[in-house]
Amino acid sequence: MAARVGVVVFPGTNCEHDVAGALGRLGGRAELVWHADSSIDGLDAVVIPGGFAHGDYLRPGALARFSPVMEAVALFAAAGGPVVGICNGFQVLTEAGLLPGALQKNRRLRFLCTTVPLRVTSSRSVLTGLVPVGTELSMPINHFLGSYVCDDVTLAELRDEDRIVLRYEENLNGSVDDIAGISNRAGNVVGLMPHPERASSELLGSTDGVVLLQSLLAAAAAPRAA
Amino acid sequence: MRFVARVEVQLRPGIADPEGATIERALPALGFDEVHGVRAGRSFRFEVEADTEAAARTRAEELAHRLLANPVIEESHLELVAATSEVR
Repeated sequence: MAARVGVVVFPGTNCEHDVAGALGRLGGRAELVWHADSSIDGLDAVVIPGGFAHGDYLRPGALARFSPVMEAVALFAAAGGPVVGICNGFQVLTEAGLLPGALQKNRRLRFLCTTVPLRVTSSRSVLTGLVPVGTELSMPINHFLGSYVCDDVTLAELRDEDRIVLRYEENLNGSVDDIAGISNRAGNVVGLMPHPERASSELLGSTDGVVLLQSLLAAAAAPRAA
Repeated sequence: MRFVARVEVQLRPGIADPEGATIERALPALGFDEVHGVRAGRSFRFEVEADTEAAARTRAEELAHRLLANPVIEESHLELVAATSEVR
C-alpha cells in the first residue's frame, strides 16, 4: 500500500502542492493537513513544506509552533514517525524544539535563490536512508534566513552522533560547519534548507531530490514499533 | 492593575548580526566614523493585567522567553511600568 504522507499547510505555506505532487509521482499518497487540525492519525510520515507560515511574523516558525497540528506532529515524532521540514519547515522544527539550533539571516544579508551543490554526509536519517554517504546532489535553495547556527556543545553532538545529514559544498549563507540539513538523535526528524521537491523532475532541471523523497517514502512504508 | 511591559530582544553576544554589521558599514558614508559596535534588535510593548507588579513581571518574562525571543540565539530584557488603571 502507498505510504500516506501528510503535508502540513499553515496560512502562508506555499510549497505544499510541489511537495505533494513530487511525492505522488514517486508512488506516495500525499494529503494536505491544515495547521488547525489537532489529529494526524493514520499518516505514515509528515512533511512541513516551505513558505511563510503565519507570514513569518516575529521569526519564521515562531508562531507556527503554536498551531494545534504541531502538538500532534511532536507526538508522532516522539513515537518514531518520519517528519521532514523543508526550508520554512526546517525553521518551524527548530522553533518547535524538535531540532536543535536556529536559522539566522544569511551572511551579508543576501536573499539566496539559486541551485547549490550539496553532499550527503549521513545515511542514518529518514531522508537519506537510500543515499550513500558522499553522494553529491544539486538542489535549489530559496531563503533569507537559512544560516544555521548552534552552540559549540550542540555542534559537537551533531557531529559525534552523525546527525549532520547534508552539507553545502558551496556555503553561501554562512551556516556553521556548512550545515544544510540535520536530524534528531533517532534520525526520524530531519530539517533541511534546500528544496528536494524542486529537483524532482527533468522539467525542473534536476532530479537530484528524488532519492531523498524516495528515502522518505521508504521510511514511511517501513513498519514502526509504536 | 494594568502594567505596561517593554521587552527588548537582541542577538546573544557572539552570534553574528549581519543587519547590525551592514548598518555599521554604512555609517562612515554618513559621517558617523566614530560609531561602532552596532547591534540590531527589536522592541515590543504590551500591557499585562495582574494583581501585583511581581505577578506581571513573571508573566511578561514568560512571554518574552517562550515567544518574543528565541533563546537559542537571542536574549531579552524586560522593563515594567505600572500603567494607569483606566487604560482600556
